[in-house]
Amino acid sequence: MHCRRKLIGSLVAAFCATLALQGSALADPLQANVIHWWTSGGESAAIKQFADAYNKAGGLWVDNAIAGADQARATAINRIIGGDPPTAAQFNTSKQFHDLIDQGLLNNVDAVAVKQNWDAAFPQSILDSIKVKGHFYAAPVDIHMPAWFFYSKPAFQKAGIAAEPKSFDEFIGDLDKLKAAGLIPLALGGQAWQEKITFDAVFADVGGPDLYLKIYRDRDVAAAKSDAFKKVLIAFKKLHNYVDPGSPGRNWNDATALVISGRAGVQIMGDWAKGEFSAAQQTAGKDFGCFPGFGPHSPYLVAGDVFVFPKTDNPTAIKAQQLLATVMTSPAAQVAFSAKKGSIPIRADIDDSSLDICAKEGIAIMKDKTRQLPNPEMLLSPDRQGALQDVVTNFWNKNQSVDDAQKAFASALTD
Amino acid sequence: MRRAKPLRKRFPLAAYAALTPMALTAVFAYVGTMLWTARVSLSNSRTFPSGDFVGAAQYVRLFNNQRWLLSLQNIVVYGALFIVACMIIGLLLAIFIDQKVTAEGVLRAVFLYPYAMSFVATGLVWQWILNPELGIQAVLQKLGFPQAHFDWIVQQDSVLYTIVIATVWQASGLVMALMLAGLRGIDEEIWMAARIDGIPRWRVYLSIVIPMLKPSLSTAFVLLFVMVVKLYDAVVAMTQGGPGTASEVPAKFIMDYLFGRANIGLASAASMVLLSSVLVILAPFFYLRSRAALRPDAR
Repeated sequence: MHCRRKLIGSLVAAFCATLALQGSALADPLQANVIHWWTSGGESAAIKQFADAYNKAGGLWVDNAIAGADQARATAINRIIGGDPPTAAQFNTSKQFHDLIDQGLLNNVDAVAVKQNWDAAFPQSILDSIKVKGHFYAAPVDIHMPAWFFYSKPAFQKAGIAAEPKSFDEFIGDLDKLKAAGLIPLALGGQAWQEKITFDAVFADVGGPDLYLKIYRDRDVAAAKSDAFKKVLIAFKKLHNYVDPGSPGRNWNDATALVISGRAGVQIMGDWAKGEFSAAQQTAGKDFGCFPGFGPHSPYLVAGDVFVFPKTDNPTAIKAQQLLATVMTSPAAQVAFSAKKGSIPIRADIDDSSLDICAKEGIAIMKDKTRQLPNPEMLLSPDRQGALQDVVTNFWNKNQSVDDAQKAFASALTD
Repeated sequence: MRRAKPLRKRFPLAAYAALTPMALTAVFAYVGTMLWTARVSLSNSRTFPSGDFVGAAQYVRLFNNQRWLLSLQNIVVYGALFIVACMIIGLLLAIFIDQKVTAEGVLRAVFLYPYAMSFVATGLVWQWILNPELGIQAVLQKLGFPQAHFDWIVQQDSVLYTIVIATVWQASGLVMALMLAGLRGIDEEIWMAARIDGIPRWRVYLSIVIPMLKPSLSTAFVLLFVMVVKLYDAVVAMTQGGPGTASEVPAKFIMDYLFGRANIGLASAASMVLLSSVLVILAPFFYLRSRAALRPDAR
């Protein structure tokens, strides 16, 4: 009895050893430990496309999902400082990772970028974020437009609105009609970041790209004190008449739910909101509509996500980083990812037939360089972006005069 | 008869050995990080701690920051209301349970239960309850009270009180448990003596029992004070600091600047200000308590 058990034990051990040997002989383990914050249903389905593509290309994807963008970035930074860097880590297409570049903590992926001709393939605003002093420090993976106008078709019908508004004034007229029909005209989640998105949408459309860039890119105080900017603030505050009393503190997806149920008319939100619509079995163009701004020349805000590659001398890790950069930006993975994520691909040379009409419209717009406008986060440090967000949320919620708000905005821009 | 030296006169090597890990943790993990934070608060650190020296520049910037000043003001108002309300409600609950009510065990569990739950979850429920379009106000209006009005959580000047309400709900059970333990420790004979003298019950509580509860009260105060200083999850779950910046608190300011806004220097300066104000308030308190304990006539 005792002997038999021993025999079985050694058999099992031998079997395991064989398996292990085979395993190491077969796979060339280009192990990639990837930190990201895509944890919701649609998001994790999207990142799985990258994982599958990477595994198919001969790598071994080790998923490291961390809920919450701030937490995920903090973890990545702590691991980099602590000497145990991940193979790749997610950041937004912005200045968030520029401190890492300045400290020399990132590997560049110039080899891949040159081979794949990233300079020609990607839009300028994204190149501005990932290319520092001639080196490519991040692989962009998607383009999000943070300020789409999503509207409920039944609600528009009920209010007697025939067409999408062509100007801000028409938009206000439509909101009045929605109000008269007893609906919530504008579904807004009253949290500071959502108010900032709403503000940026108004800013880009009412102020125009020139003023937008002068203020966000050049931090021009004179422009921030100009009458043109005052008009932007007035237009923004006008929207406050069209939100419901339950707005403050509401989560963005609860606001989307109001549009989905037809209780509210419009929501200004990033294209990730499409995930909520499709989870509710609604189709773009049929149950809900989308427009990126007013009229055929409206600016298109560009935001998105990138993966950076922390510094390492380990040649296997560098190989893994380059394979990751290649796979993530490849046309096939881009399309598969975008369809699940709701974003649009970073490159134009792809087959967009599997994407929804909002994404198709976005891709078409991105071909017109004059309509691309970088997201404020690409132009400002996170710290300053936060200070401006405080100004905007105070103006929106408080009984503050336009002049005071304009002063506060100008001083947050420079201090 | 030979007797060993009394125990406490020997050098208690084993005790010190056992304490060493904790002492090292305290020195390096607490004091060490405090000093490190103090150093970082004097630098121009952004995403990473940097070694440069900018003097008190971060502190100047901090006290020019409207949101920080508002956070400080909010935490003072919140703290005063929260501690007083928790103390009163907790004490009343304890006295109520101490009346030998039936099903005491169940009631104790019910009152203490909120403390056992994470505020990330219960805060969301509170958010819904207080939301004028989903919660109490909407329900009352549907029940036929159209003029019912309760929208504090969306109002700039009353949102802070909703956070007081929700956190008092959470923490008063803890105060109750502490007070109940104190009440149970009070000698039955005091009650008998009071009854013989014909003193009314409320008078016994007010003049005899509550003064005897002083140790429990001061423990409760310290625990509540710590909860005030680190108030964060309730605000994030219920209001995210809004509407606007009306319910911002210092801990949230620090967390925002530490991670989201990548400004470690300013966040460290804010942490140092918070730490020193806590010390300024608690140090005299502990000093008085230790003096009281040393007095020869103390119990």
